[in-house]
Amino acid sequence: MSDTSRPPRVRVTGPPRRRTASTSRTGAIDAGTRLGGIYLGSLLREQLWLALRVLTVLVLGVGLLPLAFHLVPSLAEVDVAGMPLPWLLLGVLVYPFLVVLGWWYVRRAERNERAFAELMSEAEE
Amino acid sequence: MSTLDAVPGIVAIAAVTVATLAIGTWGLRISRTTSDFMVASRSVNPRLNASAISGEYLSAASFLGVAGLVLAFGADMLWYPIGWTAGYLVLLVLVAAPLRRSGAYTLPDFAEARLASRAVRAACSVLVVAIGWLYLLPQFQGAGITLRSAVGAPSWVGPVLVGVIVLANVTSGGMRSITFVQAFQYWLKLTALLVPLAVLLVVWLGDGTPGSGAAGAGGDAAWSMPLAGDGGGPGLYTTYSLILATFLGTMGLPHVVVRFYTNPDGRAARRTTLVVLVMLGVFYLLPPAYGALGRVYAPQHAGSGSDVIVLELPRLMVSGLGGEVLTGLVTAGAFAAFLSTASGLAIAVAGVLSQDVTSRGPRGRRIGGVAAFRLGAVLAVSVPVLTALAAPHVGVARVVGLAFAVAASTFGPLLLLGIWWWRLTDVGAIAGLVLGGLGSGIAVAHTLAGEPVDGWGGVLLAQPAAWSVPLAATAMVVGSLLTPGRVPGHTRRLMVRLHTPEALGLDRA
Repeated sequence: MSDTSRPPRVRVTGPPRRRTASTSRTGAIDAGTRLGGIYLGSLLREQLWLALRVLTVLVLGVGLLPLAFHLVPSLAEVDVAGMPLPWLLLGVLVYPFLVVLGWWYVRRAERNERAFAELMSEAEE
Repeated sequence: MSTLDAVPGIVAIAAVTVATLAIGTWGLRISRTTSDFMVASRSVNPRLNASAISGEYLSAASFLGVAGLVLAFGADMLWYPIGWTAGYLVLLVLVAAPLRRSGAYTLPDFAEARLASRAVRAACSVLVVAIGWLYLLPQFQGAGITLRSAVGAPSWVGPVLVGVIVLANVTSGGMRSITFVQAFQYWLKLTALLVPLAVLLVVWLGDGTPGSGAAGAGGDAAWSMPLAGDGGGPGLYTTYSLILATFLGTMGLPHVVVRFYTNPDGRAARRTTLVVLVMLGVFYLLPPAYGALGRVYAPQHAGSGSDVIVLELPRLMVSGLGGEVLTGLVTAGAFAAFLSTASGLAIAVAGVLSQDVTSRGPRGRRIGGVAAFRLGAVLAVSVPVLTALAAPHVGVARVVGLAFAVAASTFGPLLLLGIWWWRLTDVGAIAGLVLGGLGSGIAVAHTLAGEPVDGWGGVLLAQPAAWSVPLAATAMVVGSLLTPGRVPGHTRRLMVRLHTPEALGLDRA
């Protein structure tokens, strides 16, 4: 190759597809057997359960704030470092809270998918 | 306004326009097929894509509207930016990866693939266009305000100018070039708020931090406290209704959803969304500070003209050349906000129109993909521009809030149930879309007409999500349970595709 600064083009592909293994667990899902349904159902439930847990934390951490300010008006008079507490919570702290929740979710969701992929490959080895 | 005052504004707007068209043209060189036009051939990496999503999402409502609302109404308005950010968290945990894995271009595509029904597709197409136009309307009105405030132009100049630039950009390069343009515009908008704010805060510190503390802002406790004053039942209802509208509405916005198809796979879609959360979180720290400073330095703007506070504040607080430069900077940011959001919406609406309307030429002739897309774009932009010229101004963030309410009452339940509930049927989906769309649509029409209704009726109509979302969701569930025989036969296979990682060798056909 004359142009040494540019690396050669590489085709990037996913792991090999094992369509032929009809006895495998992926095969069980593709064939629509009861066992396949159970595998898929377990992943779906796991992911939905994870999502609901994140949303519960969101509701408890953020969603209850209006009610708290409504029921305990004196909260709004608390000053933290020259800033009223509601402004500190609603204007600043809520954003890192959302990011941390999202980061936690992405980690757990990817772990669930890895576990599912391992479950699928076990039967084929 | 003297001609000299207009100089920084004119320079800023010209610079943003030139940069936008230049980046758009550069993107054109790698934009060739219909797939390039609509979804950038699905090859955009998470960080670039997240910048583009954030750049597209931060509209006139975020850049101008939030500060204006905070200035006028105080701490309760902080829920707007919170909801606009948290909406992405809800989208991340419930929708992002499955939606990408569904492999569809647009919301109507998703609905049709999931429910195998042309009728559901048609209902979704109508809603995408309606929500898109409703969201475009305040962008163009905001452009009118900005050009009037920055260069003293008559208010029709803004909508027409932004409309023309958006059309030029969208019809020439489509999504591919728009991706680069919008990524650039996120950083421009962030800089345009951050740098002036830093200077203004130094001025504020130099003045001895007037108005700080809970009793600050001229001792106006009702302003600085959430749910104070008339914050009894109606205040609490309005806040929670807004929370529901924004948390569930984000996933149903046509220009947001279309951007998820540009991720290479479901995992990338999740990571992109996480980066978007960070970018929005950083940005939304800034506008409320403008509102609070405005309360101290420009209380005369707290009335109906509060949308211009971001543009006016630098000039009011910093005199001379410094103030002019900062004014130019915020004007550039505001202009970028209209351009990016309006472009994204125009693409989404044009995409749907071109698939379902403009591809049918006269006498049954088919119009080709790219030509139909361009025709759709003209339609997508010209209708809201003309409406913006005719309709009265209702407050940028308020109208955008209503667009969220409509999205939350229609596409919100459709996406959630479609992705997570096997038994959804076309009959249930249509029942929910019609009821949710009509319910929230009546509220929108009422608000845009500007005739106030007293008491709880007015409160319920001003912020409909808290009743229209449950109404739509219930209709979808009940309608589906009544028609169990209409669950499409391919549902199980589609669920496999939506929820399993792409790396697995499963049949995704």
